[in-house]
Parts: sequence; C-alpha cells; structure tokens
Amino acid sequence: MSTNNIEEKQYLLRFKADTKSHLTVMDDDICATKCPDKICTIFCPAEVYKWEGLRMQVGYEGCHECGSCRIGCPYQNIKWEYPKGGHGIVFRLA
Amino acid sequence: MPEKFDVIVVGAGPAGTSCALVCAQNGLNVLLIERGEYPGSKNVMGGVLYRKQMEELIPEFWKEAPLERPVIEQRFWMMDTESVVQFGYKGLEWGVEPYNNFTVLRAQFDQWFAKKAVDAGALLINETVVTECIVENGKVIGIRTDRPNGEVYADVVVLADGVNSLLSKQLGFHKEFRPDEVALTVMEVINLPKEKINDRFNLEDNQGCTIEIFGDSTKGNLGTAFLYTNKDSLNIGVGTTLSSMIKSKMKPYDLLDYLKTHPMVKPMLAGGESAEYLAHLIPEGGYRSVPKVAGNGVVVVGDAAQLVNAIHREGSNMAMHSGLLAAETVIEAKHRGDYSESSLNLYRQKLYDSFIIKDLEKYKDATHTFENHPQYFKEYVPMMNKAMSKFFTVDGTPKREKQKEIMKSVTAERGTIKVIQDIYRAWKAVK
Repeated sequence: MSTNNIEEKQYLLRFKADTKSHLTVMDDDICATKCPDKICTIFCPAEVYKWEGLRMQVGYEGCHECGSCRIGCPYQNIKWEYPKGGHGIVFRLA
Repeated sequence: MPEKFDVIVVGAGPAGTSCALVCAQNGLNVLLIERGEYPGSKNVMGGVLYRKQMEELIPEFWKEAPLERPVIEQRFWMMDTESVVQFGYKGLEWGVEPYNNFTVLRAQFDQWFAKKAVDAGALLINETVVTECIVENGKVIGIRTDRPNGEVYADVVVLADGVNSLLSKQLGFHKEFRPDEVALTVMEVINLPKEKINDRFNLEDNQGCTIEIFGDSTKGNLGTAFLYTNKDSLNIGVGTTLSSMIKSKMKPYDLLDYLKTHPMVKPMLAGGESAEYLAHLIPEGGYRSVPKVAGNGVVVVGDAAQLVNAIHREGSNMAMHSGLLAAETVIEAKHRGDYSESSLNLYRQKLYDSFIIKDLEKYKDATHTFENHPQYFKEYVPMMNKAMSKFFTVDGTPKREKQKEIMKSVTAERGTIKVIQDIYRAWKAVK
C-alpha cells in the first residue's frame, strides 16, 4: 500500500533516538502570546511540533533533521542542534 | 589516530567525499567525518546523478557503482487539476556509454562512494558530530567533536556539512538563511515491480525516465514535483520554497499525498508499496546566497556553500566538482606550505571560473522573480492547459477563430500589457 497520512509515512522510517532532545523551544511564552499561527506545527514535515495549549510539545524522536523549523520559526525561538553522532534518523534508501 | 591531519573533511556526502578522495589520491593525510551511522544515512536527493562530474573523479564509475537506471528520457509536465501539457526529450544516445545521468538511491551510493575515498587512503569516522571549528589567532586549526577528547587538528578543514552548515555560520561566513533561500522537499520511495515500471513509462530494463511537474503539483506555489524511475521503485517528491510553504500554510506531506492522488499521477503509482519517506531542505538561494567560501585554514563546499542550480535540478554534480576544486586547492596550498585565506582563495577563484558559479550567475534572479510573481505557476500553467484543450478539441470552430479566442482569453485574464511584462520578466530571469 502507498501511504496516505503522516503517521503511515513516519512508520516507514528507522530512528535511533537519543535520550535527550536536539530541538529546544526556547520560550513557550513567545509561542503562546506572539505566534497565533504556530506555523512550525504546519510546515514541519514530520509533525514534530504539537501545541498543547500552554507549551509546545517537541517530538524530536521523529525528526528528519531538515532544518526547516530553525529557519522558518518567525521568532527564531527554536534552538536546533544535530543529534549526537550516530543518532536520529537513519535513511536506508534515497 | 594521529593528532594532526593534512585535511579534515566534515561530512561524507558528494562534496566531502569527492574532496577526501582526491586529497587521499594525492598522498595527503585525510580524515573524513560523518555524523550518520554510515555515509548516506542522513542524505537525501530526488535521485539524479550526472555522469560528467562523477566521471572526473572515478572514470567509468557506471561499471561498478550502485546505480538505478541511466536516464534516457526527461519529461516536463505543466499540470492543471484535471489535465497536463507535456513536453520532453527521449534519446537512445543517453542509454549507452558514456551516458548523461542516472537515477540513484543515495544511502547505497554514498556508502559505495565513501569507500572509494577510504580505499584511496582516507580515514572515515562515522557517528561523529563536529560541534565547532577550533579557531586560534583568526585561523581554523582543527575541529571539536562530540566524542570524549574529541579534538582533532589539521592544516585545512573542509566544511561539507550540507544545507544546515552550522559550522560555516559559526565562523560568520553567512547569516542564517531566510525561508525564501531554501526549498522544503518531501519524497517517498515507492516499490513497484520492474515490469510495471517498464510498461507504464515505456522503458526497457536498463532505461530510466524523469518527470518534472509544475503547476498544480505545488498548488501553484513556487516549486516543483518530480517522479523518477529506479530499477524496481519510483521516487516521487514535491517541494516549494519554505517561504511559500509558510505563506500558503500547506503541510508538506499533505501536498505529497495530493500529488500522489492527482488523476494525472495516480495511475503511474497504482499498486505501489511505500518504502521510505524523506524530508530535506535544498539550498536554492543561488548566486546571491553563496557565502564566503574560503578563510584561514578552511573552505566550504557543496550544499554548505549553496551550490545548487534549482532550475536545472543540478546539485550533487556541483557538490562533487566543488569538492574536486577544493582538493586541488588544498594540494597546491600544501606545496606552498601556505594555508592562509589568500592562499585558499584560489578555491574561490576556481569556483567562480567554473560552470558552477557561471550557471548560478545566469539564474541569479530566477527564484526571486518567480517567488514575487506567482502568476507563472498559478495562472499561466492553467491557461496553457485551457489553450491546448480548446485548440485540440474538434467542435467545428475554424482554427483561426480558435487561435483568436485563445489569445483573447489570455489577455483578458492578465491584460495585454501585463502579459508582455510577464514574458519579458521571465525571459530576463533565465536568459
């Protein structure tokens, strides 16, 4: 079957998650008060960011390490590092 | 591990591996550092590898490299919601030596390529993140990694750390990229039996086809979609500038699913099995976004230097060639015993004299033009479709009258002066 939603797509992948997040929302207040669109929850290709009413939940374990959130956050509110060596996503094909 | 190397290359993608390979072939002591489990495990590409720049590094590589299919046909689709205007080129000369380009799967290809650098004498260390360059008296003298006691020194550090080059940003070679300087692209690898691929794309076993899709594939936003044939799988992907993705509030994976279920695309994928989903940024700022590429003891290559020609979907070839030029520069610098910025600026000069910067310069206004004037993708593609439909539908209207009607509908939608402006602007951006 060909996938038709993000959950099915993410399920195809292999992740070697670190115990510590390589993505940090620096100030949840900025998301709460200044950013009505919370655009990272829309453009992130792995649906890593989910707004929980008061804070941003960061599902770093499913991150593709593309860098979009760091560049696309309108408030430069995301600290973006590479996962520890050998961790994170492991592409097997393309 | 010796404490000091001639060269440390950060990143085992096409740019880094090319540089490491050539340096090692010339007797330099090379350390190639990769953050992934293996080279290719973090790397993503639509899938077209050009023969020319690869052949300069490894002659007749097609006899042993893990390639998918030589591309003998390149199609271009201007797609509307229920129709498509197509053109393209198919030539058998691309199906025989020396070939033009190939589809590849990067996880396999990059491992094979990195092994070539290792065979030439480079030391490859995987699973290691370079956290910063060690700078002393304004000169890069080594790197710090995330391993214990992970400092390593070298005469030259080559930054091949990709589109998210945190290292060149740390050195102040460029500011953070803007959302209109990068394209967010997502793709899927879809397994499909070889026979089905051959039938649907009108191919023989060792022939490949690429389709670039404009218009409704991005819902009229600045970007493209692609459908490439591998041996027994297809790569289908779509991307727009990150700024367009933000402006239109599109979820990239929803756009991909929209494309996959588009009536012009769906039958080609029918019965396929999704095997992998991948997201990646493509540096598409072009000429104006190329950062400083040489400093004291350091050079920047490949995606890290924004070396991508988005209009012609060329990137890995530019990466490889920049890696080669960097290697030549480092080798000459070693002969001179001078690794200063003025010595390594030879790399910049070579880059600017090559097809890489010449091509980026040619299209320096293209992204900007198409980003600020969305009518090309949003209005002209549907107009082209309507025009073709009208012209080829036989309904008793004389052809000359049809032509008039088509012209009238185009100028009615955009206005005569605007149409002329649009044509001139587009021509200027790509001339």
